[in-house]
Amino acid sequence: MQSQSPAQGHAPGINPHGADHHARSYLVGLGYAIVLTLASFWAASTPLVYGPAVPVLLGVLAIAQMGVHLAFFLHISSAPDQTNNFLALIFGLFVTGLVVFGSLAIMSHLNHAMVSMDQLMKMQR
Amino acid sequence: MLGRLSLAAIPFDQPIVMITVGTIGVVLFAVLALVTVKGWWPYLWREWITSVDHKRIGVMYMIVALVMLVRGFADAIMMRTQLALAAGHAQGYLPPEHYDQIFSAHGTIMIFFVAMPFVIGLMNFAVPLQLGVRDVAFPVLNSVSFWLTAAGVLLVNLSLFVGEFARTGWLAYPPLSELAYSPGVGVDYYLWSLQISGLGTLLSGINLTTTILKLRAPGMGYSRMPVFCWTALASNLLIVAAFPVLTATFAMLLLDRYCDFHFFTNDLGGNPMMYINLIWIWGHPEVYILILPAFGVFSEVVATFSGKPLFGYRSMVLATMAICVLSFMVWLHHFFTMGAGADVNAFFGVMTMIIAVPTGVKVFNWLFTLYGGRVRFSVPMYWTIGFIVTFVIGGMTGVLMAIPPADFVLHNSLFLIAHFHNTAIGGVVFGVMAGYSYWFPKAFGFKLNERIGKAIFWCWFIGFYLAFMPLYALGLMGATRRMQHYPDLHWQPLMLVALAGAVCIFLGIILTGVQLAVSIRARARNLDLTGDPWDGRTLEWSTPSPPPAWNFTHLPHVERRDAHWVAKQAPKPSITPKPDRAVGPIHVPRNTPIGVFVAFFTAILGFALIWRIDWLAVIGLVGVLAVGLWHVWQTDREMVIAPDEVTEFERRNVKEAA
Repeated sequence: MQSQSPAQGHAPGINPHGADHHARSYLVGLGYAIVLTLASFWAASTPLVYGPAVPVLLGVLAIAQMGVHLAFFLHISSAPDQTNNFLALIFGLFVTGLVVFGSLAIMSHLNHAMVSMDQLMKMQR
Repeated sequence: MLGRLSLAAIPFDQPIVMITVGTIGVVLFAVLALVTVKGWWPYLWREWITSVDHKRIGVMYMIVALVMLVRGFADAIMMRTQLALAAGHAQGYLPPEHYDQIFSAHGTIMIFFVAMPFVIGLMNFAVPLQLGVRDVAFPVLNSVSFWLTAAGVLLVNLSLFVGEFARTGWLAYPPLSELAYSPGVGVDYYLWSLQISGLGTLLSGINLTTTILKLRAPGMGYSRMPVFCWTALASNLLIVAAFPVLTATFAMLLLDRYCDFHFFTNDLGGNPMMYINLIWIWGHPEVYILILPAFGVFSEVVATFSGKPLFGYRSMVLATMAICVLSFMVWLHHFFTMGAGADVNAFFGVMTMIIAVPTGVKVFNWLFTLYGGRVRFSVPMYWTIGFIVTFVIGGMTGVLMAIPPADFVLHNSLFLIAHFHNTAIGGVVFGVMAGYSYWFPKAFGFKLNERIGKAIFWCWFIGFYLAFMPLYALGLMGATRRMQHYPDLHWQPLMLVALAGAVCIFLGIILTGVQLAVSIRARARNLDLTGDPWDGRTLEWSTPSPPPAWNFTHLPHVERRDAHWVAKQAPKPSITPKPDRAVGPIHVPRNTPIGVFVAFFTAILGFALIWRIDWLAVIGLVGVLAVGLWHVWQTDREMVIAPDEVTEFERRNVKEAA
C-alpha cells in the first residue's frame, strides 16, 4: 500500500493505477477463493485429518473464504475512505453473531428442556 | 399442462368469496374502463408507471397501502362480526377453514402490504426532499422495488379468487405450514408473495440507506439531518439486516415443501422450533422497521406545530440508534412459552424491558417539545397527541408481557392481540396518517380538508379504544386468539363493543376517501402556493409544492439544523432559490419500464411456482433475465432539463406565490 495518495487510503481492490492492476487483484482473489474451495473438499474427504476436527476445519476455511470475498471482491478495508463500508461490516458481523450464537443458545436450551419431537409424537399415539 | 390449476380452484361454492370477487371485479373493470375511455393510459404510463421519480414512487406506495388497507380491514370486520355472533352454541357465519384464511390474510396483508408500503412510501417521498437532494441513490432500482411489492400484492389478492390462502396464521409456523398438514396452495401463495415483495423491500432498504449515507445536501452533516431521516436510516439498516433472514427462512420452508427437504418437519431431523426462532429474528426488528419512521414523523410534526426546535435532538438520535441495535436482542420474547429455560427467558425479558427505555426518552422529548410551545392543533398534531396517549398504554402492556411468568398467562390470548394492535394502530397507523396529512400538500400542492381530517382522527381514536380495550379484558378472562367461536355467553357483550369499535374505524376509512374527493374538488381554495403551508422547519418546505422533477433548482447549503427555519429567520433568506440566480442544465434519470416489466415476469414466475406450472415458470424466469439484460444494454439513461425550462418553472412559481 505504498502507492496511495497521502490523504486517502485504498482498499486492495480499489487501485488508482489503471484497469490492469484492478484485474490482477480480482484474479488473485479468484485464485485464493478456488484454493480455499478445493481445500474444503479435500478436508471433507481426506483421512489425514482427525474426524471430529473436520467441521472446525471447514468452518475456518469458510471464514477465510468470506475474508477473501470481502477484501478482494467487495474491497472492504479499514482505510479512511471506507468508513461507511467498515461500519456496515461491523454491524453485519454483530447481527450475524447475535443470530448464530443466539440461535445456538436458544435451540440448545429448547432441546434440553423439551421432550424430543420423536418422543412427543410417540406420546401422542 | 396447467399443473395443479383447474376450474375447481375457483371457489364457486362460497357465496361470500364470490360476491367479494364480483364486487372487486366490477370496481376494477369500471376503473380500467374509465381510464381507457378518458385516454389516460399514455399519461399514466409515461408519468407514473415508468416513473423513477422518488416522489411519484412514494405516492404509488401510499396508494397501494390505502387500497390494501381496505382489503385488510374487510377481513378485520368479518372477524369481529363472526365473534360478535358466534357465542354459546352459535357458530357464526364463517366456517373454521374460511375463518382461518381470513385471520391469516388479515395479519399478512396489514403488516406486509399496508404498513410496509405506507412507511416505505413516506420515506421514499420525504427523505430525499429533507436531505436536500434530487433523488434517491438508485432511482431505477427504486422503481423495481415498488413494482416487486406490487407483484406481491397481486399474488396475495389473486389467492382470494384462484385457490385459497394460508390457514396458518400470519407467520405460517411449521409443522402446520408443511406439506403434510397444508397440502393446498394457500401456504405457497403466502410464501411466494412475501418472497417477491420482501425482495422489493430489501432493495428499497439498500437504496434508502445508501441515499442517507451518501447523498446529502452540501453541509448537511449527520448531526444536522432531520430526525425523520435518522429514523429512516435506522429503519432501513434494520431492513437490510433483517429481511435476508426472512428470505432465507422462507427459502428453507419452500425447500421443505417443494423439494422434500426436512429443515422444519417433525421427522428426519427437522426442527420446527428453528423456524420460530428464525422468523422472529426477522419479526422483532420488523416491528421497529415500522414504528421508527412513525416516531420520525411525530418528531417532525411536534416540532413544526409547536413552532420550536425538537427538544433533545441528540437524545432522540441516540434513542433511535439504541432501538436499532437493541431490537435485534429481544426476539425470544415472542416464544417465552416454547420451552427455553429460566436463564434464556430472563435474559430476553430483561432486554425487552430495557428497549422500553429509549422509547420512553422519545415520549419525554415530544412532551418537552410541546411544553411552552405555541401549539397549533392541526390534523397532524391530533394524530400525534392521540399517538402519545395511546402508544404509552400499548408500550406498558408490552413491558407487562415482557415478564416471562406474566407472558405464560397472556401468551396467545386476546390480551396479546390488543397489545400489538395498540402499538400498531396507535403507533404505525397514527404515524402514517400524521405523515399523510402533513406531507400531502407538499406532494400535490393543496391541503386536505381539515374538518374531515379531524373527523377521521376521532373515528380511528374512539374506534381503536372501543375495539381493543374489550380485548384486553377478554384476554384476561381467557379468550384465545384465532378463536372461531366460544361457549361463554358472558364474553358476547364485550365482543359487541369491539364490533362497534371496528364499525367506527370503518367510518374513518370511508371518510378518508370522502376527504380526498372533497379536497380535490375544492383544491382551488386550499392551494399551497408558498411551498411551506405549515411554517415548516426542514428542507422539503423550501421547494415549491408539488416539487419539480429535480426537487431543488439550487442545491441548498446547510449550515444549521432545521435549515429551512434558520433560513426563514435570517434577514436575507439564503436557501429559498432566487429566480435571478444562474441556472445550469439539470440531469435527471430517464423514466424506464424495467421495473414494471421485471415485476410482470416475476408475478408470472410466482404464479407458476404456486400452481406448479413448469413451462410458465420457465417463461417467467427467462422474462426476468431478458428484461434485466435489456436494461444493461440501455446506455441513454439520463435526460437533461434545459436551463430555460428550469427558469420558466421558477418564474411561474414566484409569480404564483406573490
